[in-house]
Amino acid sequence: MRLGQWTAMAAALLLAACATTSTDTPADEPRVPFASTYTPAPSTPTLIRNATVLDGNGGEFANYDVLMRDGRIVAIGANLSAEGATVIDATGRFVTPGIIDAHSHLGAYPSPGIQATSDGNEATQPNTAEVWVEHSVWPHDPGFARAVAGGITTLHILPGSANLFGGRGVTLRPVLGARTVQEMKFPDAPYSLKMACGENPSRVYGGRNSSPATGMGNVAGYRQAFANAARYARRQERAEAGEGDPPDRDLEMETLAGVLRGEILLQWHCYRADEMAVAIDIAREFDFEISAFHHAVEAYKIADLLAEEEICAAMWADWWGFKIEAYDGIRENIPFVHAAGGCAIVHSDSEVGIQRLNQEAAKALADGRRAGLEISRGEAWTWLSRNPARALGIEDETGTLTAGLRADVVIWSADPLTSYAVAERVFMDGAEIYERGRGHVSDFELGQTYREGAQ
Amino acid sequence: MRILAALLMSVALASPAVAETVLIQNGRVVTNGAAGIIENGDVLIVDGRITAVGANIAAPRGARVIDAQGRFVTPGGFAAMSEIGLSEISGSGAPNDASVEGDLISAAADAGRAFDPSVTAIAVTRMEGVTRAAIAPSSNRLFGGRGALVSLGGEADSVFGERTFMVVDLGETGANRVGGSRAAVWPAFEAALRDAREYPSRYRNGQGGAVLNEIDAQALQPFARGEGTFLVHVESAADIRRLIAFARANPRLKFVIHGGAEAWQVADELARSRIPVIIDPLSNLPDRFERLSARLDNAAILARAGVRFAIAPGPGSVDAHQARLVLQLAGNAVANGLPWDVAFAAVTRAPADIFGVGNRLGRLERNYLADVVIWDGDPLEVQSAPTVVFIEGVEQPLVSRQTRLRDRYHPDRLRELSSRTAQ
Repeated sequence: MRLGQWTAMAAALLLAACATTSTDTPADEPRVPFASTYTPAPSTPTLIRNATVLDGNGGEFANYDVLMRDGRIVAIGANLSAEGATVIDATGRFVTPGIIDAHSHLGAYPSPGIQATSDGNEATQPNTAEVWVEHSVWPHDPGFARAVAGGITTLHILPGSANLFGGRGVTLRPVLGARTVQEMKFPDAPYSLKMACGENPSRVYGGRNSSPATGMGNVAGYRQAFANAARYARRQERAEAGEGDPPDRDLEMETLAGVLRGEILLQWHCYRADEMAVAIDIAREFDFEISAFHHAVEAYKIADLLAEEEICAAMWADWWGFKIEAYDGIRENIPFVHAAGGCAIVHSDSEVGIQRLNQEAAKALADGRRAGLEISRGEAWTWLSRNPARALGIEDETGTLTAGLRADVVIWSADPLTSYAVAERVFMDGAEIYERGRGHVSDFELGQTYREGAQ
Repeated sequence: MRILAALLMSVALASPAVAETVLIQNGRVVTNGAAGIIENGDVLIVDGRITAVGANIAAPRGARVIDAQGRFVTPGGFAAMSEIGLSEISGSGAPNDASVEGDLISAAADAGRAFDPSVTAIAVTRMEGVTRAAIAPSSNRLFGGRGALVSLGGEADSVFGERTFMVVDLGETGANRVGGSRAAVWPAFEAALRDAREYPSRYRNGQGGAVLNEIDAQALQPFARGEGTFLVHVESAADIRRLIAFARANPRLKFVIHGGAEAWQVADELARSRIPVIIDPLSNLPDRFERLSARLDNAAILARAGVRFAIAPGPGSVDAHQARLVLQLAGNAVANGLPWDVAFAAVTRAPADIFGVGNRLGRLERNYLADVVIWDGDPLEVQSAPTVVFIEGVEQPLVSRQTRLRDRYHPDRLRELSSRTAQ
């Protein structure tokens, strides 16, 4: 749905841009900056047979097959056949959609983590909506290959949370061996804007004796910026309608206006329930949508409100206590958001956690059941693929094993909602990008002494 | 605040004050000892100690009998490195006793005297089956300070090992603290040992310490004489080799490595040195130059080489709130080739042995302290949780501030709150 909207918007924008240059020939259309050059790896038709399939849409099916062709899911079902397809016997194995991490900093805070590579947060002023995190992403971060070994096929990179407006986030494919970030960009995925509630912005800027220094300073900062952006967007619209000149290009305003138009999806770092409720009111005041609250440690306190507003919550299974806005973290946060009919997401925010998000979902599932909730394994998998796809506006492309969608598929050695299961094979757009025991060696690691010795 | 106090009071009142006589029957008893795993085993607890382990133990008169129904019955988990009890909330400018800054105190910092048995993380942690922890302070100097061993029973006398080990950074972090170079680390460490050995004379005659002030020299002295263990933060193979050589040249001194991401490269040398290692099985990124060769099967390789090791979060990942996750760490070591019993021992028996309390903790054997946990599944599986937790024979309430919040905002109750808001 959202992807469709985005495509329509992008087309409208292109037309508008053409109008201002008064040339209508396609050759003169302005090139989308930093456009995706992602191309799926070559694949052969593949039939995975006789697995337990969690379809990402809440379903679990025993002795099921998954057929992929031309990079897409063709069908899932019992006793499928496909002439000429490579057949993988997955008896005793589990098959799921690839995991989508809605909150990662890979590439922007890569390994090795030293001063020069700490590239994820332009913490120089409270509003840096003009920066795009993709311009900090180093494609050779060894963390990408580790993430793939954990079943990741899509990840959303966000800038850090020191600012009220941290900048644009980007949805990536973990293309191992990519030479450019453009090769990794998920085709036509909407951009996001990272915003942050709470103590991070007020601590960072208040600590420099500048605004915001308080929660009320934070809110004033959001509101003034959106008021300015609304004016900018109105001037753009009037110019598009032939009334007056467009405003001077302002990269900060372009991003905020994109949020107001619904083209750029808002990902809002917010821990506390009361602060999320205030954020929802700000969204109403300026008529924009919040795609997801991130971290959302207190989402369980307002699970009803989040469900009603159709705002996703991207959460950890059990992180808590590391600061006061995380003090009320409980292990049932994810299942409680789910039980209220909301869009629960398991996210990592960690180069370690991204490698085993399945275990985090498993903990949340078990804790939810102990609290008396009936949740199936299939439902728990929606937290790892369908729901993050929704929050990122790519659910028409990936996140479930639905015919026609991209064939992003993981074969697990056992029930992936356990400690001992490992991803054995990972497919992205139908092409195998990982097989256990054959990890990709990044440029950074190539030729290191220990590696040469080991080979 | 008053509500919180009342809540904590009710939790405290709910916990029985004295140890009972309890017979746990029909468990899958992981003894961690010569008996291995006993199927359909029994464990008898009297006066806080285990008095018998085996099959078909008769229940003493008046004993409470618990049928474990074939479930895992194990020793309590032992977090081999944690900051639990040293802060209620780590950041946000809240009081944090885990971190010592400034020039007054480094080696003398004493975690046992900062430990607070009433922090909410303790109930959160023990109800997930972790009953003991080694806690360490940190400073911004070469020496972090003196670590302690604590029970997570929440009792006033929870510290059962004071000033047990001395934290010292001899890797990348240590280098940064003595001028930015490893070239300065070992000379600084050796000078500190001399200062400590020559305490108090060189301080009384006015010479003073070369690198330590009088307070730190006094605190370091027993460790410099071999009366306590140095817990050394090193990760790289080169730094580990330097430590092995230093230990060989100073046979009176005792060392345990915390970190050891590249220990697999020097596994045979480590095994010969008998220096134990506390490793983090999730460390597999070249996130620091001293961890370039970190890999997930580090534990499995060390086990094959005969290195003694425990499992805990690595330096930089140790915190005050997630000690409960040591069991998940051990499970991941199993997923990467470590035998289950070795992995389980690495978060129970091995920490007790490393910190010198292996004669009373870490096993289900006669005369051991009765830290006993009954689980609803495999304790190294993330989906499992304890159903019963004993610490020294006292059954612990499976209640914490988190479970109180859970109950307050349970979906059933949220529906009531929701309808009230709507009115």
